[in-house]
Amino acid sequence: MAVVDPGLEETRVRDIATSRVDHIGGTIAALSDIVRSFGHIEQRHMEIVADVFNLTVAEIRGIVSFYSDLRTEPTGKRHIRICQAEACQSVGGRELTAATASRLGIGLGETAADGSVSLEAVYCLGLCTSGPSATVDGRAVPFATAEALIESLQPGSARGVPSQEESLQPGSARGNPSHEK
Amino acid sequence: MSVASVPRETLAVALGADELAAGLAQAGHEVVRTGSYGLCWAEPMIEIDGIAYGPVTDLADLESVRLGPVEAIPELARQERRVFDRCGRVDPFDYDPAWLRSQLDCDPLEIIDEIEASGLRGRGGAGFPAHIKWRTVHDTPADEKYVVVNADEGDSGTFADRLIMEGDPFRLIEGMLLAGRAVGAGKGIVYLRSEYPLAAEIFARAMEAARGMGLLETFDIELFVGAGAYICGEETSLLESLEGKRGEIRAKPPVPAVAGLFGKPTLVHNVITLCAVSDILDRGGRDYAALGVGASTGTMTFQLAGNVKKGALIELPFGISLRALIEDWGGGTRSGRPVGAVQVGGPLGAYLKEEQLDTPMTYEALATIGAGVGHGGIVVFDDTVDLVRQAHYAFAFCAHESCGKCTPCRIGAVRGRETVESLMASAQGDDELAIIRDLCDVMEQASLCQMGGMTPIPVRSALGLK
Repeated sequence: MAVVDPGLEETRVRDIATSRVDHIGGTIAALSDIVRSFGHIEQRHMEIVADVFNLTVAEIRGIVSFYSDLRTEPTGKRHIRICQAEACQSVGGRELTAATASRLGIGLGETAADGSVSLEAVYCLGLCTSGPSATVDGRAVPFATAEALIESLQPGSARGVPSQEESLQPGSARGNPSHEK
Repeated sequence: MSVASVPRETLAVALGADELAAGLAQAGHEVVRTGSYGLCWAEPMIEIDGIAYGPVTDLADLESVRLGPVEAIPELARQERRVFDRCGRVDPFDYDPAWLRSQLDCDPLEIIDEIEASGLRGRGGAGFPAHIKWRTVHDTPADEKYVVVNADEGDSGTFADRLIMEGDPFRLIEGMLLAGRAVGAGKGIVYLRSEYPLAAEIFARAMEAARGMGLLETFDIELFVGAGAYICGEETSLLESLEGKRGEIRAKPPVPAVAGLFGKPTLVHNVITLCAVSDILDRGGRDYAALGVGASTGTMTFQLAGNVKKGALIELPFGISLRALIEDWGGGTRSGRPVGAVQVGGPLGAYLKEEQLDTPMTYEALATIGAGVGHGGIVVFDDTVDLVRQAHYAFAFCAHESCGKCTPCRIGAVRGRETVESLMASAQGDDELAIIRDLCDVMEQASLCQMGGMTPIPVRSALGLK
């Protein structure tokens, strides 16, 4: 794990929060930005956001715990999400989830012990004609199979729309703000 | 030089549209990136000089997937595209604002009268008459008013909001500006779910283009991307979220049209509702009202999904039967097996059986069989569907997504999930069914919002409970 410079990190989080203070849904936008920049939200980040927004840490923690994107644990270096909703169920989404979990040796919501990959449930990606659907590092995978998902973890096989998660640099996702920008 | 259109839309891109666009450019075509027509089964669907091909996997072999002239593709020609008329045809950023400018001079009350004449009802799920909301916001005095667009399209089986925001974002901008003019709002906010990153990017770019055209001088638009919460599709939860809080729902009254965002009168509409406004004002409310059946006027953007051969967005007047949609438009199940059940209207919608498929798709007809149109999502299951398992999922989903504000939903969903688990393990099951029946009654009658209030719909229909 990279060495974290606490001063730099605090400045960066404070800058993020300050830039969102006058925005609609500012707390949520700031916390989403923190996830994008650092991979997840730490207690010390919540303290800074609370300070900037003039709220209590408990209020910020309440917001963080409400929204599934506002994660407080890092994802694996590679991150797979599999749709669990009905349209995907109708074409084998449950079986896809089970097969992928078994191939990776982790369950939904878990990260491999070596941090290489994590698996998460998602409820609808809007690709409901072409399920079962998944994302790999934010890139959509329609007609997904366990084989295709595992294969897409190989370097150089990316295709589709990268989500905001994609902009995460795996190195910085561990919380080294000095690598940002 | 020949012109090639290639959609830049999430599904098409995931299936290789970017690579096809690069290949076509390399071959000397002038490439235009459009939205998708919504014929998802044909994606990636490309057009070269007006001739469509799809699904295209190999540019060297287009003839085997030739669909013919775009306007003659039966699945498009037979639609009544009022909301989606531009989507797929146009470059989303190539927009002539002349018509919109001319409409923005209209008298606000005349706009509301047209909306009333059209009979337009909310397309997000509740089907509430739009003009009542518009008039309420218009008539409520306030120093500030808002138009809020619900693009938190979380229902499984739905993707209409995504398609239009990716393929014709100006249709939504038109609807927002016209609604803002009508109700006297100075600001519009789009609440978009985070699962739609490409829609966010395209809409944000269209918003900047609109700003560049000088369209946002008296009415500004902001895009807010959510952070993963199904309940934020409920309008009061969405407003809480826009205020930067947990998305816990608010008790109504007051309705948002009276006291919404930051306590100000707020017009909250689903994307598709607002995207119908241009057509209504262009051709007149009466013209729109002539489509459909009874109080279900106009067109609905049906989204045929799940286990179906030809999944697509199909815009048609209300009144077509589910059977026609699934068999004639969808080509039956993808697995080739008989239809086992069809869930209409998202995770809070009913599971319909084979013998109910002739029901016309209208608000009224579906209500008589305990179902609803919802946001127009239709999820087909084949006969291998395990409906007890689907009932379990309905409770589990509610438990997962409940905001926790009211007890019937927060506790009821968990007890429901546990009781279905016990039902699955039991030989008899009568005791469990009695408890589930009770729980459904309590959730339906005592929940603060439709999350808990409508979860009994999929549960009862899946388990065959009255």
